[in-house]
Amino acid sequence: MEAPAGRARREKMAAPAGRSAPGEDGGGRNAAARGGRKGRGPARGPADAQFPPSFSVSEIKNKQRRQFMFQRWKRARRQEQLAARKKRQKEREALGDKAPPKPVPKTIENQRIYDETTVDPNDEEVAFDEATDEFSTYFNRETSPKILITTSDRPRGRTVRLCEQLAKVVPNSHVYYRRGLALKKIIPQCVARDFTDLLVINENRKVPNGLIVSHLPNGPTAHFKMSNARLAKELKRKGKDPTLHIPEVILNNFSTRLGHTIGRMFASLFPYSPQFVGRQVATFHNQRDYIFFRFHRYIFRNEKKVGLQELGPRFTLKLRSLQKGTFDSKYGEYEWVHKRHEMDTSRRKFHL
Amino acid sequence: MQHDDVLWDVIGNKQFCSYKVKTKTQNFCRNEYNITGLCNRSSCPLANSQYATVKEEKGQCFLYMKTIERAAFPSRLWERVKLSKNYEKALEQIDENLIYWPRFIRHKCKQRFTKITQYLIRIRKLTLKRQRKLVPLSKKVERRESRREEKALIAAQLDNAIEKELLERLKQGTYEDIYNFPIHAFDKALEQQDEESETDSSEEEDEDVGQVEYVEGDEIDESDLSDFEAMDKLEVDGEEEQEHSSIAEEQEKETSISKGKTPVKGLARKKRPFVEIEYEQETEPSAKASST
Repeated sequence: MEAPAGRARREKMAAPAGRSAPGEDGGGRNAAARGGRKGRGPARGPADAQFPPSFSVSEIKNKQRRQFMFQRWKRARRQEQLAARKKRQKEREALGDKAPPKPVPKTIENQRIYDETTVDPNDEEVAFDEATDEFSTYFNRETSPKILITTSDRPRGRTVRLCEQLAKVVPNSHVYYRRGLALKKIIPQCVARDFTDLLVINENRKVPNGLIVSHLPNGPTAHFKMSNARLAKELKRKGKDPTLHIPEVILNNFSTRLGHTIGRMFASLFPYSPQFVGRQVATFHNQRDYIFFRFHRYIFRNEKKVGLQELGPRFTLKLRSLQKGTFDSKYGEYEWVHKRHEMDTSRRKFHL
Repeated sequence: MQHDDVLWDVIGNKQFCSYKVKTKTQNFCRNEYNITGLCNRSSCPLANSQYATVKEEKGQCFLYMKTIERAAFPSRLWERVKLSKNYEKALEQIDENLIYWPRFIRHKCKQRFTKITQYLIRIRKLTLKRQRKLVPLSKKVERRESRREEKALIAAQLDNAIEKELLERLKQGTYEDIYNFPIHAFDKALEQQDEESETDSSEEEDEDVGQVEYVEGDEIDESDLSDFEAMDKLEVDGEEEQEHSSIAEEQEKETSISKGKTPVKGLARKKRPFVEIEYEQETEPSAKASST
């Protein structure tokens, strides 16, 4: 009877000493055995000037108690951080102009692993390559684009409407339904009728989920995964329909060699000289290997501000493979294929 | 001795047959040599000592026969005859081999053979067509990609990026004289004053009708206002504006159609409308004259 009472008294004495009073392993275990009082060890007198033994919330066996202690620890930590931040802010204000510049926060973009295929704007080799690749005829204005848009077999309403809207957005494009025809058979027909690009929207479970862009005479074929496709009428605050003016094209963040190729491929879908009167712009923005497509109408309020109004469909693309030559999935020569186990290992490595 | 009836009595109804599959309406037989697939007295390969089937292996059809003479030699029990690839010839072969056999078995063999050839033809046709390849998706990967896409979207700040790019192009002069924003350094220094004067001019417009000092500013206003006219058609605030706007409407309609301009979202710019419409109406002809 004495011993437990003594222990209880010691507990009470030790209580004000420290709320998260440390317990050695033995003490911790005792605490657990006692059924989860605070994880304290035997009480120490003030004469013991020792380093407090480390205490870990995760060593408490009782779940309720452990959760309680963890919440308390978290709250305390948050308060400490707030206090530290306020102190820093006060110091910064006190210093005024002499304050050291704010440290730049780390983002994935500025932590990106340097890709050795990043294109340097002055690179001659790249310039030479681009002057002789399959898109050079477009960029030399020898050919003007003519697009054929089609879908996979038996398209559902959403896909059909997306095709129609895309046809309005991309000038000089035609939508044809594919009734069970093989792509390899329609490609020679397209070439014969002077089409420069073939766009195939693949559909799964009533939702478009893939896009194949094939540049026609003998150009590369890119296969994308499409997600978040929104039709024009689902956008909030939409304006009137897109007019027939040729839109401008914005290509953002295509920095590597592969990105350059894809960027040129997108650029070659639109006629070379845009009509600025129409004030329409199609944007392909690459961020972390996701290409966002948007179609806007803009107006310059003054030289510092521009207003945007979104018309037209929007979707996100992720490149899955780039193949030399027109569409040939079995025997084609793949320039780049997304291999999940090799390429998705690092969060900071991007390929476009 | 082969006691077919006894055998059938046992496995057919009273006791267990491991090949039998019972459903609510039908009994099926899973024996590979069964000719019809149903569990019947006449189709059971175990309960008939004289039996024949047609089976297909890798595109080749064979006729299998079992007779009571060989019932004691299980390894030689089934006799196999390869059937010709020609449909009619194969039917003749069946007839020839099963010449004195019961009608039921002959008929069923031919039926089964017909069915097999039909499905073989179908297989051949389908392999030539494109086949849909089913690719398994990993839920974990799909979820990871959609999360990353959301974060990339947030990081992209698309509207800002597009606006920046457009302003860059404006500065570089790709738009050449369509928009007459002055890009001199002189004006950049006077930026703030310009902003103030813009807000001032909107109030002064009521009083000073003929003030055309900032020529470039007027042109901007005209293009902006042409849109606002159309917007105000939809969101009319007061009768005054209706009257003014209806008169100005027809003229504006022509210009808007010809220039291909459409209303910009004027919802955010509601602070201006009243005054501007009156200004427009008064100086309409002069503004038109100056632009042409």
